[in-house]
Amino acid sequence: MITLSHYLALGAILFIIGMFGVLTRRNAIGILMSIELMLNAVNLNFVAFSRYLPPGALTGQVFAIFVITVAAAEAAVGLAIVLGLFRNFRTVNVDEINLMKW
Amino acid sequence: MSPPFTINDLWAISPEMVLTTAAIILLILDFLLPPGRRAVVGYTGLLGIGATFAALGASAGVRAEAFSGMYLSDPFTLFFKTIFLLIAALIILISLNYLSVEGVDQGEYYALVLFATVGMMIMAASGDLLSLYIGLETMSLSIYVLAGFLRKDRRSNEAALKYLLMGAFSSGILLYGMTLLYGLSGSTNLKAISRTLAAQDLHNPALTLAMILLAAGFGFKIATVPFHMYLPDAYEGAPTSVTAFMSVGPKAAGFAVLLRVFLLAIPSLQGSWVQLFYVLSVLTMTVGNVVAIAQKNIKRMLAYSSIAHVGYLLIGLVAGSPLGISAILLYLLVYILMNVGAFAMVILLCRQGLRGDQIEDFSGLAQKSPLAAATMLIFLLSLAGIPPTGGFVAKFYVFGAAIKAGYVLLAVIAVVNTAISLFYYMRVAMVMYMREEPSPITALSPSRPLHWALAIAILGILIIGVYPGPFLGWAWVSLTGLL
Amino acid sequence: MELGLFIVLALVAMASAIAVIIQRNPVYSALYLILTFLSLAGLYLQLQAQFIAAIQVIVYAGAIMVLFLFVIMLLDLRKEEQRAVKGGYQLLIGLLLAAILLGELGLVFGGGVLKGVPGEFSPEKVSALGNTQVVGRLLFTDFLLPFELTSVILLVAIVGAIVLAKRRLD
Repeated sequence: MITLSHYLALGAILFIIGMFGVLTRRNAIGILMSIELMLNAVNLNFVAFSRYLPPGALTGQVFAIFVITVAAAEAAVGLAIVLGLFRNFRTVNVDEINLMKW
Repeated sequence: MSPPFTINDLWAISPEMVLTTAAIILLILDFLLPPGRRAVVGYTGLLGIGATFAALGASAGVRAEAFSGMYLSDPFTLFFKTIFLLIAALIILISLNYLSVEGVDQGEYYALVLFATVGMMIMAASGDLLSLYIGLETMSLSIYVLAGFLRKDRRSNEAALKYLLMGAFSSGILLYGMTLLYGLSGSTNLKAISRTLAAQDLHNPALTLAMILLAAGFGFKIATVPFHMYLPDAYEGAPTSVTAFMSVGPKAAGFAVLLRVFLLAIPSLQGSWVQLFYVLSVLTMTVGNVVAIAQKNIKRMLAYSSIAHVGYLLIGLVAGSPLGISAILLYLLVYILMNVGAFAMVILLCRQGLRGDQIEDFSGLAQKSPLAAATMLIFLLSLAGIPPTGGFVAKFYVFGAAIKAGYVLLAVIAVVNTAISLFYYMRVAMVMYMREEPSPITALSPSRPLHWALAIAILGILIIGVYPGPFLGWAWVSLTGLL
Repeated sequence: MELGLFIVLALVAMASAIAVIIQRNPVYSALYLILTFLSLAGLYLQLQAQFIAAIQVIVYAGAIMVLFLFVIMLLDLRKEEQRAVKGGYQLLIGLLLAAILLGELGLVFGGGVLKGVPGEFSPEKVSALGNTQVVGRLLFTDFLLPFELTSVILLVAIVGAIVLAKRRLD
């Protein structure tokens, strides 16, 4: 029998993997992909809650649709920024993109 | 089946509709106009803001939970919409000449400023986590693009990338917090969440976690320490007019949603989040002020100073009383005027090929242009919180609210911090007045719109500083529906 | 049977997610990410969210990841060199990770999920009407405002991507 907890545990693990990726990847595109992982963990949580919660109002599913839409927009802008950056720096490694000190 | 919305709902969102329409008109206008006439787009944008302001006035009386509780039209919303429109107008005024100086006078810039403003207005009005998120992303996406607007400038590229990566990362954290809140309450509506939670056991670790994640997510957006590390780079690298926008717009909108979520949805947890914000507030103002001392670049210095101001603002939330919250609103109003004003002065010193953004570039300004130096001095005094400026009044009420609520130690820490901040603000003043030889970069690039923005900012700061009563009253009235 | 399917999908999702962040070649990362998305789509089907499962495949795995792959190919990226952990954040992140795990455990073992007010769409009614129809109706009624606002977001993304990436003739 699968319970809500199963899905939440998977969601938490995926979220943490994504977060870890954001902090350890050096490649800007890799960081963007890790952020997508985090958003997917969020979506899994939303859909699982919306299936198992008594209200059954499907709010979670609708929220997940919006998260996917926004993720698409964010990916488009993010990749455009990476493209522009690559033209000027010839790299997408965040360590090398460091004109200003952190 | 009831209709999804009524005429009243449409009235409530009429300002957003007018502003969105204006932004789309700007995009079309930019396409039709010949290159070199792009300033017309900016002036049309100002007209659009004026029209939105009129719509705001016409719909000011509408009290509604529009669109199934997604959108709250109340005095709190009205206050924030007004200051967002003020921000947008000031930013367009300071950008008009600056964009051609930097060689990027494209009409899309103004459209994106307006789109970002639409996002902020939705954020302030959101009665649901979903509309909050959508508004937040509308604002953020527009500002990521604006930060990277100088496409040939590597620092601008870098600023845009860092701002985007941290922004998207923090959105992920915020969303995870929202899922937990949804899972615990079965709803994303702020008022429904509050109702459900009121009947629950509050010692649930998941609830505490949801609160921490929300605080961290918003902490990134308003840049509290320790979530501030991206901010100085993003501020330094972005075009100066966009830096001005970033330093006031997302922060004001961030505070609007922070207040909405923490006061409307999870007031039952006030005992725990007060402690959290207490610590964040102390850390934020101390780190901001101490690091600001070491800066040589004025945009970086103002970035750290803006972090410190977030620390002061959080004091009002810790106090939690109506006085504290209304003090936050008043502080935000003053902060917008003085911060945009200070960045406008940096723009004044900027010329093609020369970025007048080192503190040294201000040297000898008093000889070259006494008026400009005096203007900058007033902004610095206000940022430091010295009477008779608005900055003093704002700090006075925030600190006073803390003392009244029994947080005397916090108020003392804040006063000590204010003393520290004097050091770096006055260093700029020293450079302007004490240095004999003017810096070669002190070639001013004045323009009429920039002067207008400076005049509005100066007048606002002085009027609030001398006669704060009506403004405090306005902030006070704006709390109806929130507390 | 159902549990077995869940375990398989969950393991694939986790393994490919780990592969995404440890692969040095961004193309492989992207492909593993697609695998994660597909296994999540399977889980959405198990959760009776057919519409989400469909857009997960069409929009996420299809459109967004193809965009990623295009950019990676376009830039012709070298493999990432020596992986290094960036300093500074470590403490903060460690704390956050620990807090998340703690909270999840609380949820899992404390039975902490609360009861809300029963809404209009119980699982039975959803399966009778069809998931897509119900979601579609919600989008145009209760969620009309955010739905319309998404169009603004997409417009901003279009304008922004063009402003940032297009080479101007002038």
